[in-house]
Amino acid sequence: MADTAAPADPPFRLSMLIYDRRYRGWTIQIVVFLVVMTAAAWLINNTLENLAALGKDFSFRFLGQRAGYDIPQRLIPYTADSTHLRATVVGLLNTLLVSILGCIAATVLGVVAGVLRLSNNWIVARLLTIYVEIFRNIPLLLWILVIYAIFTEALPPPNAFRGEDPAASMVLFDSIALTNRYTAIPSLHATSDPGSLSLGWGVLISWAAVAFVLAFVAAVIAHRAIRRWAKARQEETGARPTTWPISLGLYVVPAVVLWFWFGITVERPVLAGFNFAGGSNVHNALVALWLALTLYTGAFIAEIVRAGILAVSKGQTEAAYALGLRPGRTMSLVVLPQALRVIVPPLISQWLNLTKNSSLAIATGYMDLRATLGGTTLNQTGRELEAMVLMMLIYLVLSLIISGGMNIYNARIRLRER
Amino acid sequence: MSEIHAETVGYTRNTMLPPQPPPQRQSGAILWLRENLLSGPLNILLTILGIAVVWYLVSGVWPWLANSVWRADGLQECRAIITARAGEGTTGACWAVIRERWWQFTFGFYPRALYWRPVAAFGLLFVAIAPILFADERRIRRVVLGVAAVLTLLAMWAVNAPDGWLVAVAAVMVGGLVLSERRPSALLAFSGFYPVLAYWLLWGGSLWQPLMVLAGFFVGWGIYRLVGRGAPILRMVAAVLAVVAWWLWLGPLVAQTLAAALPLAIAAVTSDTFGGFLLSITIGVTAISMSLPLGIILALARRSDLPLVKMLAVTFIEFIRGVPLIALLFVASLLLNYFLPPGTSFDIILRVIIMVTLFAAAYMAEVIRGGLAALPRGQYEAADALGLDYWKAQRLIILPQALKVSIPGIVGTFIGIFKDTTLVTFVGLYDPLKSTADSVRASIAWKGTYWEPYIFTGAIFFILCFAMSRYSMYLETRLKRGDSH
Amino acid sequence: MKRSVLLATLGGAVLAGGMASAATLDEVKARDVLNCGVNTGLAGFAAPDANGNWQGFDVAVCKALAAAVLGDATKVKYVPTTGQTRFTALSSGEVDVLARNSTWSFQRDTDLKLDFVATNYYDGQGFMVPRALGVTSATELDGATVCIQTGTTTELNLADWFRANNITYQPVNIDSNAEGEQQYLAGACDAYTTDASGLAATRAAFANPDDHIILPEIISKEPLAIAVRHGDNEWGDIVRWTFFALVAAEDYGITSANLEEQAANSQNPEVQRLLGKTDDLGAMIGLDADWAKRAIAASGNYGEIFNATIGEATPIKLNRGLNAQWTQGGLMYAPPFR
Repeated sequence: MADTAAPADPPFRLSMLIYDRRYRGWTIQIVVFLVVMTAAAWLINNTLENLAALGKDFSFRFLGQRAGYDIPQRLIPYTADSTHLRATVVGLLNTLLVSILGCIAATVLGVVAGVLRLSNNWIVARLLTIYVEIFRNIPLLLWILVIYAIFTEALPPPNAFRGEDPAASMVLFDSIALTNRYTAIPSLHATSDPGSLSLGWGVLISWAAVAFVLAFVAAVIAHRAIRRWAKARQEETGARPTTWPISLGLYVVPAVVLWFWFGITVERPVLAGFNFAGGSNVHNALVALWLALTLYTGAFIAEIVRAGILAVSKGQTEAAYALGLRPGRTMSLVVLPQALRVIVPPLISQWLNLTKNSSLAIATGYMDLRATLGGTTLNQTGRELEAMVLMMLIYLVLSLIISGGMNIYNARIRLRER
Repeated sequence: MSEIHAETVGYTRNTMLPPQPPPQRQSGAILWLRENLLSGPLNILLTILGIAVVWYLVSGVWPWLANSVWRADGLQECRAIITARAGEGTTGACWAVIRERWWQFTFGFYPRALYWRPVAAFGLLFVAIAPILFADERRIRRVVLGVAAVLTLLAMWAVNAPDGWLVAVAAVMVGGLVLSERRPSALLAFSGFYPVLAYWLLWGGSLWQPLMVLAGFFVGWGIYRLVGRGAPILRMVAAVLAVVAWWLWLGPLVAQTLAAALPLAIAAVTSDTFGGFLLSITIGVTAISMSLPLGIILALARRSDLPLVKMLAVTFIEFIRGVPLIALLFVASLLLNYFLPPGTSFDIILRVIIMVTLFAAAYMAEVIRGGLAALPRGQYEAADALGLDYWKAQRLIILPQALKVSIPGIVGTFIGIFKDTTLVTFVGLYDPLKSTADSVRASIAWKGTYWEPYIFTGAIFFILCFAMSRYSMYLETRLKRGDSH
Repeated sequence: MKRSVLLATLGGAVLAGGMASAATLDEVKARDVLNCGVNTGLAGFAAPDANGNWQGFDVAVCKALAAAVLGDATKVKYVPTTGQTRFTALSSGEVDVLARNSTWSFQRDTDLKLDFVATNYYDGQGFMVPRALGVTSATELDGATVCIQTGTTTELNLADWFRANNITYQPVNIDSNAEGEQQYLAGACDAYTTDASGLAATRAAFANPDDHIILPEIISKEPLAIAVRHGDNEWGDIVRWTFFALVAAEDYGITSANLEEQAANSQNPEVQRLLGKTDDLGAMIGLDADWAKRAIAASGNYGEIFNATIGEATPIKLNRGLNAQWTQGGLMYAPPFR
């Protein structure tokens, strides 16, 4: 920009703030800054005046008060005597739970549906096209309401399992009961109780569970090491040693040992009184919401996957066929890895959407963050300003984390490009 | 003879082979079946699975649909009719609820005598968007406008529109059709006037007030032209001040004077009567059209060289995109009044429209940013080489191309927003999906009707969204084809 | 006013609300329409029919108030509010009065900065269970699944009551009464709990009401009251006394049928004062002399409203119970008009 032929700086005049490119940027920015600050000050001033007029203040003390309401589905201990803060955390964990489950299931469903939509099988391709179009073009709220209603109307109530000749029966060797309230599944108990690991804040995890997780992680690491070794062997000698029995053993043996060590027993749900007891109950509010989110987002992901696969040039597929690869292997070894670069960025933004859409839990009564902090807590304490601000901040942080992950992935892809 | 020959030579053919039938033709049902459904074990399995799914769905739903009842005064009567017709224990759909509450699902509680006004407003919408969406496709324009005109007039006639209005709307539609054949760009003037017209038709009252709001823009432009050419910043400031002064003080005065001379008023309708699909479409269309200019500004700001401007744009966009719409709706319902000067209070529909607009603007900004990024660098350089300043370059070269590329994305955003308008149910508005259906169920005659309203609203949403998504896909392929030339 | 006209045009419809200002009465008169917060749809209490005409027990309060203040019972804009948005709608000035079966409680009256002016329905929280369950008392509900509406006082009462009785339950949170009915009928909950009036209304609308029983326990006091903003006592007085006028009218035997005759001929000095024949009471609350007459004419006296919307003759089939006049053993007691 600098004009090399220009004489030494001309004397500064006020109009240069506008007409001189060197200063204009600064002028504009300062003006914008002042305008934004004035607007912000105006909004804050209004808020303060309104709060004063209502006789309210801005404080988060309500988070320390007794909540007084119950939450049916929770991941950490909570009773009506707990504080609003704890209710908020329970809600947040519920939001995370349904989001993570939904993201995993929707991705699996979306990839399968996207691949099958391109299948040669006419009937399957048509069916999946119908699935994708129907779910994409109808509001998510309707799907949540309908799926929840189907659960309520089509599944039997727990007392249908009662009696000599019950109207409904449990599935999978009498271990799982599908009712219109919840799915009762068996739970595991350790007879020789090893005690629990305290994570603080009343959250306890049985050492047995910790041991199983550690054993599994160790097995995964060992399994990868073995595969690496096998690959090296293959490169060296041309023959790949058989490793699957060792790998299988790595996963199975420690699990079996731990199982007997802790004396794990399976406790099946049995009907006691009004409800099933003994096992754990997964509430339909969660399952219906999860299913609706999965089906809805899965349709979008299927479109993304399809577009990604179509973006890989046909020559790649033909080359793979020429090499004698079967269609399945062509897809998994040649096409999908290349399509991934196109698929992943929009996929992550679908995960973001799913996380935000989980706030529609309001339609099933699933107690997520919006239902606890932004719902009952807000309503009982009347602290709408504080509760809403806090809730939006939490959602914002969640999505920033997800989009941060997307940026890291994008950066990594870009580095690998030649 | 033949025996001798056979002994001496290993093999010689001595008889003609019987003729084979010609090879199977490369088409036909059997071959199609074999190739598309039964080409391998996996494929056969998939086919069987597919047929099983279809069979399961059809056999589950068909008897219910086959027993549909269209005329009844209540769910009990419906059930009685079904039992009488098909025997004890059968179930059937009771579409009578849709039949009886049809107007509530479509117009909410809008005054029945005035139904023609929303119909006219949405019919004219097609004339207004024709020069924007179907800018260089004469055939599409012709088809869309023609169909819209016929449907609008038929619908208006069906809801008993006054003859004068019927003629007026017909004249405008035909005028639009003719103009779009001759000079589509002239229709843009109608697009500019349309918001005023639509507002007036939907809410009623005096036409002068919305006209004066529109006039504000002309006043600003006039001042901009009048004030000295030498001082661009001064012109800008003067124009903005003039617009504000016009809106706040002069405009209302003029409107009152004019209204006293010539009323031009139609019956006013309050927004609490809006409901059903009328509400969804009003919110969706308003939000998307208002979010377009906002989105352009945000997208330009996000690509700006000025760090502060860029930072503000990024903050706004990421904030809005990071928060669920339902939270923003609760802000509209619970908090917006906190942020306004004490003593002001907006209509809830207006507050919802504001928040949905902001929400749409953030998504729109990202779509347009994509369009801007898709332009080849040479376009920017060419604009620079011509010596155009920033705004001229954007206005004349960059934006027209970027917006054209973004139209599929814009339509996609619109579909998303339109579907999301159902969430207004959670702040107490009568959306077609939940609140209207709930209020129908609150009446004793229709208690317990769950599936029919869901299926009905779902079908309408599907038709509208599917049509729009097909249009956007068509545009996309056309754009791609255009690129390859 | 001029400015708001243009702002109205700019934005759709801007209403001058009353967040900070005290003179709600002046605003309502200037606006010439009363903004009344009601339920989004509860049969008998407030629900729009197919044409958007609101009807119900709570709606009648709005009509009486509009008649008293504006002289026309139809000049009401009904603002449907959810359990979530109702109090904010009031405190932000979106509505002038909230007649939406809201329980009068200490915290709401003080911390939420509302003023509850009068209880229009004395209620209590109860349970409904299917007869086939064989339960006769709520204390037998140990381990049961209970449907409750979120964001209401019933949620807190339920938690408290089960703890106090040392039994457990599993809540199923529902968003609206319609949803609660669906869940309960499908057997997704063993018991449905809400205000006893709501239970009766819900049960009455079932296909087989006799298959369901309402348990004898009433676990809380739910005085459903009319609320106004804290800080505008003049407006609060108008709302309170308009409601009391309806109650008093029943007490003195004034009905919509004999209203004119009573106003002209009644020798009862209290009736004369109430109907504005003597002692201009209306002037004391900023209204004219006929205010109470118009309020009663809107949909009749308290008893008439009750019978027409939720009484024995309606599908809701509620009996007067606590809501009978004090002379009949109820709690409806209007202070003297003097």
